[in-house]
Amino acid sequence: MVNVIEVEDVSKQFKIHHERHQSLKERILHPRSGSTEVFRALSHVNFTVSAGETVGILGRNGSGKSTLLKTICGVLQPTSGEIRLRGSLAALLELGAGFQHELSGRDNVYLYGSMLGFSRKMVDAIFDDVVAFSELEQFIDTQVKFYSSGMYVRLAFAVAVNVNPDILVVDEVLAVGDERFQAKCIDRIRHFQHEGRSILFVTHQADQVRAICDRAIVLDGGHLIADGPVADSLRVFREHLLGDAPAPEALGAPVDVHIDAVTSPTGSFLMRHGAPMHLDIDVTSERAVSGFFLLEIFTRGGLLVSRSDVQASPVSLVPGTNRIGVDVAELPLLDGVYEVNLGLVDRPGGSVLAWREQAATLQVSYDGRAGGVIELTPAIRQ
Amino acid sequence: MSEPSAAVERRHLDDAPVRVVSARDPLRVRLSNLVARRELLTGLIFSDIRIKYKGSALGLVWSMLSPALTLATYFLVFSVFLKNGIPNFVVYLFSGLIVWNMFQSAVSSSTGVIVDRAGLVKKVSFPREILALSNVGASVIYFGIQLGVLAVFLAVVGHAPAWGFLWILPISVLALYLLTASISIVMSAVTVYLRDVRHLMEVVLQLWFWVSPVVYSYENSIAATLHSHGLANFYFLNPVTLIILTFQRIFYVATTVKSTTTGATLHILPTWPMSTYFYLNLGLLAIMTLVFLVSVMIFGRLEGNFESEL
Repeated sequence: MVNVIEVEDVSKQFKIHHERHQSLKERILHPRSGSTEVFRALSHVNFTVSAGETVGILGRNGSGKSTLLKTICGVLQPTSGEIRLRGSLAALLELGAGFQHELSGRDNVYLYGSMLGFSRKMVDAIFDDVVAFSELEQFIDTQVKFYSSGMYVRLAFAVAVNVNPDILVVDEVLAVGDERFQAKCIDRIRHFQHEGRSILFVTHQADQVRAICDRAIVLDGGHLIADGPVADSLRVFREHLLGDAPAPEALGAPVDVHIDAVTSPTGSFLMRHGAPMHLDIDVTSERAVSGFFLLEIFTRGGLLVSRSDVQASPVSLVPGTNRIGVDVAELPLLDGVYEVNLGLVDRPGGSVLAWREQAATLQVSYDGRAGGVIELTPAIRQ
Repeated sequence: MSEPSAAVERRHLDDAPVRVVSARDPLRVRLSNLVARRELLTGLIFSDIRIKYKGSALGLVWSMLSPALTLATYFLVFSVFLKNGIPNFVVYLFSGLIVWNMFQSAVSSSTGVIVDRAGLVKKVSFPREILALSNVGASVIYFGIQLGVLAVFLAVVGHAPAWGFLWILPISVLALYLLTASISIVMSAVTVYLRDVRHLMEVVLQLWFWVSPVVYSYENSIAATLHSHGLANFYFLNPVTLIILTFQRIFYVATTVKSTTTGATLHILPTWPMSTYFYLNLGLLAIMTLVFLVSVMIFGRLEGNFESEL
């Protein structure tokens, strides 16, 4: 398989000015003052993306994700190293960044297309598709300064995906737009994958990475710390995120909480559909702490089947080992293999105290004929 | 779409050219990138013009109003009030002002263009020189319109240009374009680092105007003084001067005229033969081509740190 993106030993440094002298006058008056510091945004990053692959980039804020994407797109030049690209590339770093407010949607489609590097003829050919996808038929001749932010994003996304690039680079833009349009974008991305195009995808939402990506890489402080299957990278990401995340303020000092082991009283994770399921989880804590327990179940394909209600599961840990029991009266899962993630948070929507990715792998057997992930048992009347 | 199309996709990728993003692109790559993105350049030029005159009924006519007013003012001051005695002074002024307007409007509008469009520069990938070049392009279009107006004006007043010299015009115009583009490209990048260069440039352009023979005649007013101080050659270091003189020679034609006020003989333009005009312009074009290449190189150097400065 051909590599469409080859990132080889790429580093990027920024100069940070502490005392900025951004005028000639100041430079002349203070020729020597003004200290600068060199900030390394990327250090010797190596990875490749082959044709047809969808790769997610994970990392905390300031980990170098956006710098990496910008360098790949050519918005930034690397300080050292090289990036080789094959085929056309369309980047959505900030939707509508190239739009001219005074121009109509129509004019902007052409201008934006040419900014992405596509000719007028190519944009002509896809213009109707762009308009249809953006659902802006009535407003296409309106100046974009009158557009809502949602309309703006729709038009920009519509251009970028309809020019049919070989490589699509997407930076956290799917968070905007209403849910229906988001679903449409995801749909379009799947279509892209099916056509054998490559996608590089930055997001904060682990669910989206699981759902879309074949592979994920993790950046931390400008270093590439993981590159592999989504589940592995997500584990590294979560663990790393916890490793040196600032302590929750309310607790005063960092609390060392670990999810040690998950066991089943039957000794195995072979479960039966409709039967009760019981899991025992050993958690060690260095001191007394209260929090909320969280359980996620995913299919092997990365689809989130269920996330438990955090609010409903408060727990109080004592120093030492604690055993937490999880009971499901009737397991609704159908035939298949499921991954279980476990976590402890300090409060609903708060910080993560402990996290264990793929804490257990459930194998569920089912004798019935229903299909899918869970049993619905609808009552059919006539 | 179905599987076959996926296979086609992959096959075309096998022999797709590889683009390399590295620390510094060589000049050859920078130039070929500029050529490859010419559609973006024309797109930006026309969208800028469109935005400028959107919602104004007169549209492009506005762009002619300011040069017309300048022309009228200088004519009144120098010909009517100060009585410089140069016959057909409007034609003389017009042919020089066309050159100056193109140069001045492009340079002053390009100087701040990267700072002003920081949002675009930080988010979208394209050769950044295009931003300055699009402003130069808009000035070229206004220049073309003014040239058209001049032609119509000459036809109406029955003033024939020096037909024999006309073929030198394209060389001169090309040199003017390269000069303007070079300064615009470099200044747009320098302004990112030194923001007050924008104001400095306005002052420099004003001085520059007065050391160029637009509203006065070099031969008639300052040539003798400069010669006696041995400064005549310095005057010609200003590349705009030669272009202006060429335009004046082509459109004003006469090198020596009789003063309309005193009747005395006035030397207006250098009495160089056609070949001198040709070789001088050709030489200037060669120098400006080199200057342009150097300016693209300088821009490439300065571009690397835009992100942390914008």
